[in-house]
Amino acid sequence: MLELIDLHKSFGGNHVLRGASLKVEKGESMVVIGGSGSGKSVLIKHIIGTLKPDKGSVLIDGADIAALSENELYETRKRFGMLFQMAALFDSMRVWENVAFALMRHGKLKENDAKEIAIEKLRMVGLVGVENLMPSELSGGMKKRVGLARAIAHEPEILLYDEPTTGLDPIMADAINDLIIEMKQKLAVTSVAITHDMHSAYKIADRIAMLYQGRIIEIGTPDEIKNTGNAIVRQFITGSAVGPIKVEGVTA
Amino acid sequence: MTVNPVIKFIECVGRTITLLWHTFIAFSEELGRIMLLLFSSIKQLILPPFEVKNTLKQIIEIGIKSMPVVLITAVFTGMVLALQSYTGFKRFNAEVLVGTVVALSITRELGPVLTGLIVAGRAGAAMAAELGTMRVTEQIDALETLATNPVKYLIVPRFIAGVIMLPALTVIADFIGIIGGYFVTVNLLGANSTVYWKRTWDYLETSDIYNGLIKACFFGAAIAIISCYKGFYTQGGAEGVGKATTGAVVLSSMTILISDYFLSAWLFK
Ligand SMILES: Nc1ncnc2c1ncn2[C@@H]1O[C@H](COP(=O)(O)OP(=O)(O)OP(=O)(O)O)[C@@H](O)[C@H]1O
Ligand SMILES: [Mg+2]
Repeated sequence: MLELIDLHKSFGGNHVLRGASLKVEKGESMVVIGGSGSGKSVLIKHIIGTLKPDKGSVLIDGADIAALSENELYETRKRFGMLFQMAALFDSMRVWENVAFALMRHGKLKENDAKEIAIEKLRMVGLVGVENLMPSELSGGMKKRVGLARAIAHEPEILLYDEPTTGLDPIMADAINDLIIEMKQKLAVTSVAITHDMHSAYKIADRIAMLYQGRIIEIGTPDEIKNTGNAIVRQFITGSAVGPIKVEGVTA
Repeated sequence: MTVNPVIKFIECVGRTITLLWHTFIAFSEELGRIMLLLFSSIKQLILPPFEVKNTLKQIIEIGIKSMPVVLITAVFTGMVLALQSYTGFKRFNAEVLVGTVVALSITRELGPVLTGLIVAGRAGAAMAAELGTMRVTEQIDALETLATNPVKYLIVPRFIAGVIMLPALTVIADFIGIIGGYFVTVNLLGANSTVYWKRTWDYLETSDIYNGLIKACFFGAAIAIISCYKGFYTQGGAEGVGKATTGAVVLSSMTILISDYFLSAWLFK
């Protein structure tokens, strides 16, 4: 379904991806873990093509997105929904207009119908009565959930979540985990989620992949990851400052 | 050890040439990228669907909201032009020509250029700041992930609004400027009203007005594409947005003033 092959990406002298490869099956829920600044967000942006690799390719249903024409690329994107790490809400639009954006633009829905669906999606992420607010009037966690509602509003086949639960309280975070699982079970979506929250990762993942130094160094089911023999992965999932991953500049 | 002044001088010249060369390269690169953005905007402008709602919003944003500043600038420009030429021309008894001078200067030159500079400062800055903020907060990426071409959605409406509203504002500026000139000459300085109008209409040609409007069209296009370019390719957070905004105003204003000379030389033969 989704395949990343040997991706390389640099920003100036900063070589972020150094041959990252990842394959996601149809209907699978893939979770990507990795240290802060390891390039997880960069990786996910390559899947939807807002970043282009310096080297390597991204295949969607076997087709290389670099070979698509501009129109085909935008058509392909209609199959995707993406939640940004910082939500990236349109700050000139009301909350419901954000959520209904794709519905009105591509679904050609009437304003009233689109608004109704938007309110419904907002309710799914635990937001009631905020539809007429502007994004600047929301808290960080609320923005995140509006972003999630916007990502799922047009019922895409493929969902990309960049840290869906960071910034949420534990109860809300678990409710969002359930929502992600529900999306997978009811709508059979294929998803790639980034998270630091191992509890959430174990709960929503079919498989977990770890990004380290620009490559996917380990991939497996939550059980396989829990019992990994890889010292780097072990250190990461147990959350220890001591181990092969060195924390630079932070002293106890 | 003393350094030979000749060597020092040559070194200095060399550095200056290198610096100029790099500036020239950077400028050419930027010009190339602006042209590429212009071409893709024109392509998106022609292809349906059309962004009617966004375009109307930008027409209001760029056109209607710039109106008060343009009106005030135009009326005072007409007034000071009349005042200066009246007192100046009086020295050789040519006060009767004031109407002609005001009408020609305003329609051919000051109307389009001043309107352009005002819109560059007001709307150009706003475009660069808005698009720049959208870029650094990933809203432009979000548009792409929602299968929306940001050039079509954000830039084309601003481009159309610029090309339409700059001539529209200029027509108003021309009219108000001439009225301002009339008011000072006739009501304040006591010149003859009939002579003022006769001198205005006898020497003003329609080509003065529409060539001025052609310039305005060009300025509108330049402001929109330059400011959108600066905003669209913003990098580096809030500071980057600030730089993009300043850059947009400076580059649009320079473009207006420089291209004005060449457009005038070409249009008013
Ligand atoms: N547009 C960009 N321009 C320049 N550098 C970038 C850009 N996007 C990301 N980077 C760099 O790439 C590296 C990885 O960034 P990325 O956002 O992917 O990290 P991350 O793994 O998502 O981290 P976090 O868990 O903190 O969100 C960082 O060093 C960052 O500075
Ligand atoms: Mg990230």
